Amino acid sequence: MLDVRDLHVRFGEAHILQGVSIALGGAPLAIVGRNGMGKTTLCQAIMGMIRPSEGEVTLDGRPLTGLPPYRIARQGLAIVPQGRRTFASLSVHEHLKLVSQGRGARWTIERVYETFPRLAERRRNGGTELSGGEQQMLAIARALLMNPKVVIMDEPSEGLAPVIVDQLIAVLRALPKDGMGLLLVEQNLRVATEVAPEIAIMVTGRIATSLPAATLAEDIEIQRRYLGVAAGGHH
Amino acid sequence: MAERAARWLIVAALLALPWLLPMILPPHQAQFWTANVFGRAIVFGIIALSLTFLATYGGFISLAQMMIAGTAGYTVAIFVDGAVPAIVGGLSYAAAVPLGLAAATLMGLLVGAIAVRTRDIYLLMITLALAMGVFRFVETNIAWFNGYEGIRNVVGPRLFGYDFRNAYVFYYAALAVAGLLYGGVLYLVRTPFGLVLQGIRDNARRVAALGYSVALHRILAFGVAGFIAGAGGVLATIYNIGISPGSIGLGATVNILIMSVIGGLGHPIGAFIGALIFVVFDTFAADLYDRDRFNTLIGLVFLAIVLVSPDGMVGVGARLRRLLGVRHAAA
Repeated sequence: MLDVRDLHVRFGEAHILQGVSIALGGAPLAIVGRNGMGKTTLCQAIMGMIRPSEGEVTLDGRPLTGLPPYRIARQGLAIVPQGRRTFASLSVHEHLKLVSQGRGARWTIERVYETFPRLAERRRNGGTELSGGEQQMLAIARALLMNPKVVIMDEPSEGLAPVIVDQLIAVLRALPKDGMGLLLVEQNLRVATEVAPEIAIMVTGRIATSLPAATLAEDIEIQRRYLGVAAGGHH
Repeated sequence: MAERAARWLIVAALLALPWLLPMILPPHQAQFWTANVFGRAIVFGIIALSLTFLATYGGFISLAQMMIAGTAGYTVAIFVDGAVPAIVGGLSYAAAVPLGLAAATLMGLLVGAIAVRTRDIYLLMITLALAMGVFRFVETNIAWFNGYEGIRNVVGPRLFGYDFRNAYVFYYAALAVAGLLYGGVLYLVRTPFGLVLQGIRDNARRVAALGYSVALHRILAFGVAGFIAGAGGVLATIYNIGISPGSIGLGATVNILIMSVIGGLGHPIGAFIGALIFVVFDTFAADLYDRDRFNTLIGLVFLAIVLVSPDGMVGVGARLRRLLGVRHAAA
């Protein structure tokens, strides 16, 4: 579905992305790596929020490179951005209304409220009155309502309580049933390995290696070398 | 339950108040207040509403709104029958007024398109530059705008047999227009278009990632504000029985900004509250102190309100409610 070929991003002298290539099919793909390796830059470059200096991004064969973000979004790409994710002025319900495509769509506001009952309870609350977990659920719901072909998630588990992380994993694992592609960028190895069958490891702007989730989950040596963690799990 | 009923009663009373005002006032004062204070306040309030709409929901502060109002006023004056001097003429008010509204909407879209990439102080400066450019052009162009003198004798239509020159007819017509525009703004900000606008104010990049063109929505917002300002401009021109460059000059431009800030840029009702306070001081400055010292007076009022409540009179209301709420909870 989503093909990234030899993507480079430069900020002045700094060469942030140094030729990243990924091919996302029907199964989720996770990208892991330490801080400052270029994971967020990769997400933003695919989404058109940063202009790549070289390389190409295509979605179902159609080129996205160079289009403004809103055109890329309309081609069927959605992003759940890292960090503060919601609009301060809008209520939960207004966030959803903003992107809802009406009753015929696969994901509707009703389905969001069924999937995330907590959002239904807080539908009148403002975007910044929500807890970190609720804001994350809202950002994910917003992306799903766009009914994209592929959704990019930039560290969705960041700062969430373990119980919420379990819920998140369940939601992400269900996405392929809707035919939705998932590019998951994570620091949390447990989330990455439980959601995606294949994991790419990013080191200083490159995909250093790519391996099955089960292999990575068990190989402490690889984890230590590329990620600087002793064991997969919470940190 | 009783509290809820009381709240509805207060809202109903506030909604009814502007309609009943001319009847509540003492008979020998009613005409003066209706024409010189409330009528004017509503007209200015509509123009200020266009600025408040942009600022509250989009985060754009535009200094071009008085110029855009003037665009509608001049268009009506140029095309309507009976204006002096007759520039084009030949049209009835029923035709000239929609033409004026269309011209203001177009001017709004144009200003929005020119200013689309600017924010904050740069947006302020570019809209001010556009306003002053049009002002100078109008002031020096005789063929179309009759230069410094402007165009007189725009008396307004007869409405269902009532003469627009009657202070009460004008007041109720202006009030109806203001009510429609105010309701329209409140409705619009609940639609996806209005939600996108508020999203742009919070974070434009994120709105773009949701598939909305930020530039297009910004320009459309200026078009909507242009229409609102145009409605105010048409009413102002009829109120003043004509239009001259002074009504879109720097003073008039700044006055609209002062009204909006006094009222508060947090809610569209602030435009009308600010306009009323401004007009009251404008009208009674001579009695209070000295006509020539009006600027000092309104400046002090401005300073006092902004110091006490940075978000204007709307903010004062919210502060009081919080204060009373706290007392209520304590008791």
